[in-house]
Amino acid sequence: MKYAARIIDITKEYPLKGETVHALRGVSFDVPFGDYVAIMGPSGSGKSTLLNLLGCLDKPTSGQLLLEDDDIGALNDDELATVRASRIGFVFQSYNLIQQLTVLENIQVPLFYLGRLGAAERIRCEEIADLVGLKDRLKHRPAQLSGGQQQRVAIARSLVNAPNFILADEATGNLDSVTTEEIMGLFEKLNNEGRTIIMVTHEDEVSAHAKRVVRLRDGLLQSDIINENRELLLPPNTRIKDTIPADHA
Amino acid sequence: MLWLRTVQLGVKSLLLHPLRSLLTVLGIFIGVASVIWLLAIGEGISFEAQKQIEGLGADNIIVRSIKPPSEETANTRGPVPYGLKRFEFDAIVETVPTIKSALPIREIRRQFSRGEKMVDGRLVGTIPDYARVLRLEVDRGRFLEPADVQSHKAYCVLAAEVAQRLFPYQDPIGRTVNLIEHKDYYLIIGVMKSRSPTAAIGGSLEAQEFSNDIYVPISTMRQRIGDRVWTRRAGSFEGEEVELNQITFRVDDIKHVLATADLLKAMFDRSDVKITVPLELLEQAKTMRLMFIMFMGLIAAISLLVGGIGIMNIMLATVTERTREIGVRRALGAKKVDIIRQFLVETIVLSIAGGATGVAFGLLCPTIVDGLRNFARWQNPEFVAKLPEVMQAVTPIIVPVSIPLAFGISVVIGVVFGIYPAIRAANMDPIEALRHE
Ligand SMILES: Nc1ncnc2c1ncn2[C@@H]1O[C@H](COP(=O)(O)OP(=O)(O)O)[C@@H](O)[C@H]1O
Ligand SMILES: [Mg+2]
Repeated sequence: MKYAARIIDITKEYPLKGETVHALRGVSFDVPFGDYVAIMGPSGSGKSTLLNLLGCLDKPTSGQLLLEDDDIGALNDDELATVRASRIGFVFQSYNLIQQLTVLENIQVPLFYLGRLGAAERIRCEEIADLVGLKDRLKHRPAQLSGGQQQRVAIARSLVNAPNFILADEATGNLDSVTTEEIMGLFEKLNNEGRTIIMVTHEDEVSAHAKRVVRLRDGLLQSDIINENRELLLPPNTRIKDTIPADHA
Repeated sequence: MLWLRTVQLGVKSLLLHPLRSLLTVLGIFIGVASVIWLLAIGEGISFEAQKQIEGLGADNIIVRSIKPPSEETANTRGPVPYGLKRFEFDAIVETVPTIKSALPIREIRRQFSRGEKMVDGRLVGTIPDYARVLRLEVDRGRFLEPADVQSHKAYCVLAAEVAQRLFPYQDPIGRTVNLIEHKDYYLIIGVMKSRSPTAAIGGSLEAQEFSNDIYVPISTMRQRIGDRVWTRRAGSFEGEEVELNQITFRVDDIKHVLATADLLKAMFDRSDVKITVPLELLEQAKTMRLMFIMFMGLIAAISLLVGGIGIMNIMLATVTERTREIGVRRALGAKKVDIIRQFLVETIVLSIAGGATGVAFGLLCPTIVDGLRNFARWQNPEFVAKLPEVMQAVTPIIVPVSIPLAFGISVVIGVVFGIYPAIRAANMDPIEALRHE
């Protein structure tokens, strides 16, 4: 198992009012374990589509998508859900917290669907909330938090199932530059722990922190460049905290 | 554990829109409560009816004289003779083998007095069997005896209520009562216990009451009063000539009742005699009860259906409104069944809340009906007195099966009407759902 993900000549088509939208027209690249990839490209170039495929929310129209050697195209709906629950952490542009739940309950949601929300996990959820700086906000509702705080809840939520992949779609798109740096710092620490991060962004300041930048244009891979001048926000190998295991014990 | 959490989540989600959830619960509440109420009231009415009919005696056949309409008798002068004759009584008793006993009754409305006190009552001339056939019990003294009839004794027996009004402080036994219109006195030999009314007979709609009765030997009544009587009515006198007002025949076996009734109906095929067969009434009442239950059940089912449609309506709106949440949950690892479970639990919570409160309110039905009636009686007694008898008297009887039935139906409705919105939620494409604004 050399690669966290392998994307092999993937296409994705959407039917739209009798016509076919070619969102991806044949994209290939490999993501090694522990990689930190920024996917960039103009609006409509297929970034979100690619990220959703990586996140097992959908299957490619053609081509192969391997996630830690599992062929995603061969899985059924329930199996895809299990992959999402156990291996993937999502962070969205619009936070996507559940309004009727408290911060702590929002963080617990993935564990609920994994079927393991025991006493130990509850404590861990509080620890994770603590790590992203939400210790005194556990009982708050999402509506009572700022954008940055909400996004930190979302990141905490993406971490509870100790995923190998963290997928972020314009995660800092709604945040100011100071908060953006905070979030990017969190990502950097998570990556230092060995988690593979793939994030969609159109901001150069954000992609500057990634190890690698993949550019899409009209559903095709335009470039795939190692980020030589990577900007580090933190001293090398700063970890979030060693209490969060890189994979579930 | 999983379910418990799902229920907690469901409650939280429902509390996002408290008013909306409340109104939906109200729909089911009304449905469930109406099932229990309608069945309880229906049962109360039919119970009352059956009790009254049973009070007539299932093995009796009641033949009654009916006064012809006045236009038919307008040309005749003086009192018009009508109704049952003594020779008919004798003939039937002698010739119809299935008749075990026969009870002749002559009755007129009269005023009775004792000193200053006066009562409007019913003077009933009859034989000793009367008490047994009508299940009247002696309270004090004794009822009429054959010797009283044979020797035309001027004895009388009072209904409990008459005794109470004429002799509030004294023992009436051994004292006399004055029959005002005839300037005649009767010696009181007994007082009966009070008796609840029985079903209407002789084509009348009013239940038969016993509370104004004064019983005398029928022979005494014939001798002292005769068949022709004058009654003051609305300022003028009205005369009638009747030998017997009623004969209650007792049939030897309940199996012979209907055949005997047919025979009597053939004999008395005339307009001044009306035959009442309690057994037939009882059968009718049972059929009525079934129809009533079915009718009430139908109404209740419709209201539950409306409640169910309310649930479905709300859940469809909720699912659309929470499309984004559904997408998020799917992205975080929820399977389709998890989504179905989540929304189904919400509808079940709604319907159980409606069902439980509906059952609670349903159980209060007898108390509330009673309370309302007492309140109305206190506020406006004349109005209540004018209400039909059933409304004044009926006590709802909770039909035990209606409680699990209503509750069960409400839950089933929750599932049935919740399943479609839940499946719709589960079948959303996660990506589409996430893009939903
Ligand atoms: N569910 C869908 N149905 C139809 N067309 C879609 C759907 N999702 C994406 N597309 C189309 O596919 C193309 C790529 O979309 P997307 O991956 O969202 O682009 P990006 O995230 O790079 O802006 C766009 O033209 C978009 O309109
Ligand atoms: Mg996008």
